[in-house]
Amino acid sequence: MTLIRRILLRLLTMAITLFGVAVIVFFVIRVVPGNPIAMMLPPGAGEEDIARLKALYGLDKTIPEQFVIWLSGVLHGDFGTSITTRQPVLGLVLSRLPATIELSVMALVVAVIIGGALALTGTRRRGTRTEGAIDVANGMALSVPDFLWGLVLILLFGVLWPVFHISGRVSPALDLPFSTNFYLFESVLRLRFDIWADLVSHMFMPSLALAIPLAAIIAQLLKQSLKETMNLDYVTLARTKGYGENHVITREALPNAVLPTLTLIGVQFTFLIGGTVIIERLFSYEGLGNMAIDAVINRDLPLIQGIVILFALIFTVVNLVVDLTYAALNPRLRHG
Amino acid sequence: MADARGLVKRRAGARLWLSAGWLTLLALAAVFAPLIAPHDPLAQDLFGARLPPFWEHGADAAFPLGTDSLGRDVLSRIIHGARVALGVALIAGTLTCLIGALLGLIAGYFRGWPDMVISRFVDIWMAFPPVLFAILLIAVLGTGLSSIIIAIVVIDWTRFARVIRAEAMSQGAMDYVASAQVAGRKRFSIMLAEILPNVLPTIVVLLTLEMGIAVIVEAILSFVNLSISTDQPTWGSMIAEGRLSIHQAWWVLVFPLITLFLTVLSFSQLGEGLKDHFDPVLR
Repeated sequence: MTLIRRILLRLLTMAITLFGVAVIVFFVIRVVPGNPIAMMLPPGAGEEDIARLKALYGLDKTIPEQFVIWLSGVLHGDFGTSITTRQPVLGLVLSRLPATIELSVMALVVAVIIGGALALTGTRRRGTRTEGAIDVANGMALSVPDFLWGLVLILLFGVLWPVFHISGRVSPALDLPFSTNFYLFESVLRLRFDIWADLVSHMFMPSLALAIPLAAIIAQLLKQSLKETMNLDYVTLARTKGYGENHVITREALPNAVLPTLTLIGVQFTFLIGGTVIIERLFSYEGLGNMAIDAVINRDLPLIQGIVILFALIFTVVNLVVDLTYAALNPRLRHG
Repeated sequence: MADARGLVKRRAGARLWLSAGWLTLLALAAVFAPLIAPHDPLAQDLFGARLPPFWEHGADAAFPLGTDSLGRDVLSRIIHGARVALGVALIAGTLTCLIGALLGLIAGYFRGWPDMVISRFVDIWMAFPPVLFAILLIAVLGTGLSSIIIAIVVIDWTRFARVIRAEAMSQGAMDYVASAQVAGRKRFSIMLAEILPNVLPTIVVLLTLEMGIAVIVEAILSFVNLSISTDQPTWGSMIAEGRLSIHQAWWVLVFPLITLFLTVLSFSQLGEGLKDHFDPVLR
């Protein structure tokens, strides 16, 4: 199978998956017993007001009709109007997306750094107490999900030793001179390191909470692969050539041991993004996940739909990129 | 090598017993909650609000882990909260396991169109952020214990289906299955009598892990105030409340958090321990 055919096939399954997600979300939320229209009306509104509002949001048609209208809108980039804020869903969602992307990428970087450092240390000191301690810490980190790590971090760095911000994305007192919502990225470009430090201080705990389980997975798998590679003949040869242990691990063993870990990171990254929903809530971080929970609580149907579709799109795109990267990196799949 | 194997075995044994011990203790506390709990978990006393735990200055020995902002006993609420947590773990875990494992067996053993349909659904499910999906389902189904259980089953069946499908597929390719087919047995009976016993260890491990996940999901839903009614204490709602009064009364957050942490850790370690126990290489 050529790479082109592979990509086309993946794009097709991606489209089917996204369509499936759209169908499920659309029909699930239309079973909602609560009436969003009733909440929007002022007291004393008459029957015709209700009918007018229903017509405005297209809620007077049958559910399949609504779906077709909504879907054709989506294909034209129109995700409808949020019921609570009465603004276009697409704009609302895109305004929050950068915050979630920055948080997820930051968490990924933290996870790679911690996980990589643990794997290398564990390999360097294999057979010692240090390796044992790393194994135990990995086991703990893997067993407990991000939500609980977030709470533990709040206690440690919010109460016991209050050094980091416990909630929000940026201190409200700061005046932000930014033209996009990628605050972290733009603060670096504009050399506003005071704002950058404030942002990082807010992101520290949520990103660490998201990173801990992934760091443990990375550490475990990379250490395992390194261990296997260290026993191969070419590594022994490098040793007999007189290279030091650090050189052997990082220059000789690591490049060959890293591929399975890279694939795993890609798969696990979608789980990390899924975790932002509750972590953003826990730290009152103004991202997509926090907005999603508010939308569900307020029964803002168009907004919920838009957010879920966007998440599904992110997940499938990440998976696609991982697949293609893997195919490009792995010589056995390149011509397979 | 023999030494390392012995070490792994001993370590696995220790964590198996420790986690099983904690979970047994918790199960007993849940069953006998009305007898053990020193106070009514709902009894409010605004004059005895935010009493610290017993070792701090100003504590009341009758409330060893302190009281919350409404003067309710934290220890009694944790004990009663174990009922919801373990109830959800047991019921939701078992139902998820039954449905997911059955679909996984069918997809993996029968292949063909059942596999196509089930795998496509798994793909779609994997594109949902699970927490958002859970909250959405609760908003639709309404709050309550049965809604939480349904939400967990609806979301998590794929965990079983994915793994069991792969295992059933590799078992289905083995000689003993081929000889059963040659002997003219019905395929469904082969699936249940031959394949199922061989994937059972995996199912048991997944079930144990799923119970831990169910406890977390319930806590998360309670945390966003979408679990069950407020007159039933849950660890998640205690944590949500503790998060708000964290600077005035840290113990309202800390004790339920420790309980939840140990419980989730125990389910997970029990699952990992069982995995090692079933592993023929380590045995």
